[in-house]
Amino acid sequence: MAEVKIKNLSKRFNLDSPLAVDGVNLDIADGEFLVLLGPSGCGKTTTLRCIAGLETQTEGEIYIGDQLVNGLPAGERDIAFVFQFYALYPHLSAYDNVAFPLRAQNLQKDEVDQRVQQVAKLLRIEKILKRRPTGLPSGEQQRIALGRAIIRRPQVFLMDEPLTNLDAALRTDMRVELKHLQADMATTMIYVTHDQTEALSMAHRIAIMNLGVLQQVGTPLEVYNHPATLFVAGFIGTPPMNLINCHLNGSNSLSDESGAFTISISEIQNLKSKIQNPNAPLMFGVRSEDISVDTAEGAGEVRGEVIVREPLGDETIYEVEIGQNIIRVKTEPTLILNTGDNVGLNFAHDRIHIFDAESQKAIKF
Amino acid sequence: MVNSGLTQNNQLDKEHSGDKPLRVRFRWLTDNRMSFLFLSPTMLLLLFIAIFPLIWSLRLSFTDWSVIGDAGKIPEPVGFHSYGTALGLGETRTEKRVGVEVAERFAITGQFVLPTVIIELLLGFGLAMLLNRKFLGRGLLMTVMLIPMMLTPVIVALYWKYMLRTDIGVINYLIHDIFGGPRIDWLNQIKIAIWALVLADVWMWTPFMMLISLAGLSAVPKYLYEAADVDQASAWFKFRHITLPMVTPLLLIAVLFRTMDAYRLFDQAWVLTGGGPGGSTEVMSFYLYLVAFKDFETGLASAIGYIMLIVIIALANLLIRKINEIADEG
Ligand SMILES: Nc1ncnc2c1ncn2[C@@H]1O[C@H](COP(=O)(O)OP(=O)(O)OP(=O)(O)O)[C@@H](O)[C@H]1O
Ligand SMILES: [Mg+2]
Repeated sequence: MAEVKIKNLSKRFNLDSPLAVDGVNLDIADGEFLVLLGPSGCGKTTTLRCIAGLETQTEGEIYIGDQLVNGLPAGERDIAFVFQFYALYPHLSAYDNVAFPLRAQNLQKDEVDQRVQQVAKLLRIEKILKRRPTGLPSGEQQRIALGRAIIRRPQVFLMDEPLTNLDAALRTDMRVELKHLQADMATTMIYVTHDQTEALSMAHRIAIMNLGVLQQVGTPLEVYNHPATLFVAGFIGTPPMNLINCHLNGSNSLSDESGAFTISISEIQNLKSKIQNPNAPLMFGVRSEDISVDTAEGAGEVRGEVIVREPLGDETIYEVEIGQNIIRVKTEPTLILNTGDNVGLNFAHDRIHIFDAESQKAIKF
Repeated sequence: MVNSGLTQNNQLDKEHSGDKPLRVRFRWLTDNRMSFLFLSPTMLLLLFIAIFPLIWSLRLSFTDWSVIGDAGKIPEPVGFHSYGTALGLGETRTEKRVGVEVAERFAITGQFVLPTVIIELLLGFGLAMLLNRKFLGRGLLMTVMLIPMMLTPVIVALYWKYMLRTDIGVINYLIHDIFGGPRIDWLNQIKIAIWALVLADVWMWTPFMMLISLAGLSAVPKYLYEAADVDQASAWFKFRHITLPMVTPLLLIAVLFRTMDAYRLFDQAWVLTGGGPGGSTEVMSFYLYLVAFKDFETGLASAIGYIMLIVIIALANLLIRKINEIADEG
């Protein structure tokens, strides 16, 4: 078991291509479950493969435990890698697949067998040990791949979207199982996914990447409640955070270009002191659940027209048009509004976010 | 113009067939029938140049007809007599000799086909393993290596005829002048002449094996090797449990092609050795040619031809069954 330290990791595949990973710094504690989250092509897999030694970084250092592993081949890093497509040896039985890493270490036959049985029991694959992986359902192939990863008791688990190819129900089950498995074994885990539900439900901490750049590292609640960048604000949460272009307006309010959306903020002095240029373009952000609807005539901080109603059963989402902007509001399912209704909106002021539109960073005020 | 033409046509239609429109009159011409119509010229051509001769030769194989002596006569059926003769069941001395010869020629063919295909497989696969990586000039090297395969067999045989000569041949120059070995009279020594045929064929067709092997090798998913790397697998393990099983089906198909092709070798034998010395390189096709066009035993030749066909079909089926077995497992 070991911690993993990544210092200034960069990777460029071809001389003329942009950086696939751009100066990533990340410390992962011993026994931590860290999820690397980001949209397709943001460099998650590349980062993971650099840690595994399947890819050589252009720059930067990687430590596993206390050891600098930069030049070490994958086999000597004491890691286990689970591939998105499982990468099982097609001509070996499930048993031989799972036993393989132990045999490569020349362990005694008895011990190999004992450990395979143990792992098989843990993953509930005892019945299919004799079968070859091809032709087995993907869920079982996935378990075999997991078995092969955990049997050696490596220092670090590296998993690249291991649940992506499972169907939805199985994915939910496996999510829980994986989480328990990692907790029981207390082995450091770096887990790549583009699915925020997976990330939020499993991770101790989430590292969010975009275009090769690490955006924010934090616990699921931290990244949800305090997104550090515009990207994180827009990426995490369903529906995504409402974001409105705006600027400081007069003494105590923010408004969009047309002025249709104007909201006064009591901490405005605080905010002003954090901004060099008083005309700087800003971004106002608020989550749909932090907005309440007031149907009374003339009420609300801002007023707009209901244009779409999305009943989801346990809640209803309304899209409200205010000038050029559309704001999504999450409401109780009992609140029934019709399209065309003119309503007032109130914001939970302790839960609003202001971003610098140029640097894309959150402004704490 | 166009319009008037159309109306004119319509009028013609009406004159010839009352008031029925084309759509109704050609109702019998369904899509299916139409496709048969389009295919029929090709089918007829095939029938005349392939299927008819096939059936005709099958008929001849049951007669003792000779294209020279019996020209113009109706072939007289003699049942399985020719087949019996070819298989060594003949009664007269000549017939018995034919049986012995056929057996011998089959053996010679085997002596040629087996080493040829095995050497081509090993060499081709080995070369493919070497070429299955990125390096400077790979494309050029591959192109150069594929040239033998694109030449005409007769031309290849002519090259080798010169290269194998005792006096001016480059092969003997290498063996004798460079390495100090004895000069070998490749084409005129029993037991060695067959290897001259093997040599020329290996030179010509190894690139084919290489090409197919390369296709197989590049189709093996890279992540399997990566998984093996993470698991500290040895190079031998990766070869034995990943590479080999994944390319075997394709290799067997290549072997099938080469076996069928080598089995009917004719050109090289004709040019290089002329069947000699002492008939030691008379492979089956060559022997068949002699029976058909030297002895003009057309009936017997047809029978031998069909025996060859049955043998190769049986052999091919064995291989195909093996390929399917492997495909089912994987
Ligand atoms: N072998 C390679 N050669 C060249 N470019 C590559 C290679 N692998 C990845 N890239 C590029 O690097 C960038 C990051 O790719 P990466 O596979 O790490 O993304 P990802 O976050 O894992 O995306 P996904 O969710 O689609 O798996 C992409 O722009 C991709 O095109
Ligand atoms: Mg990826």
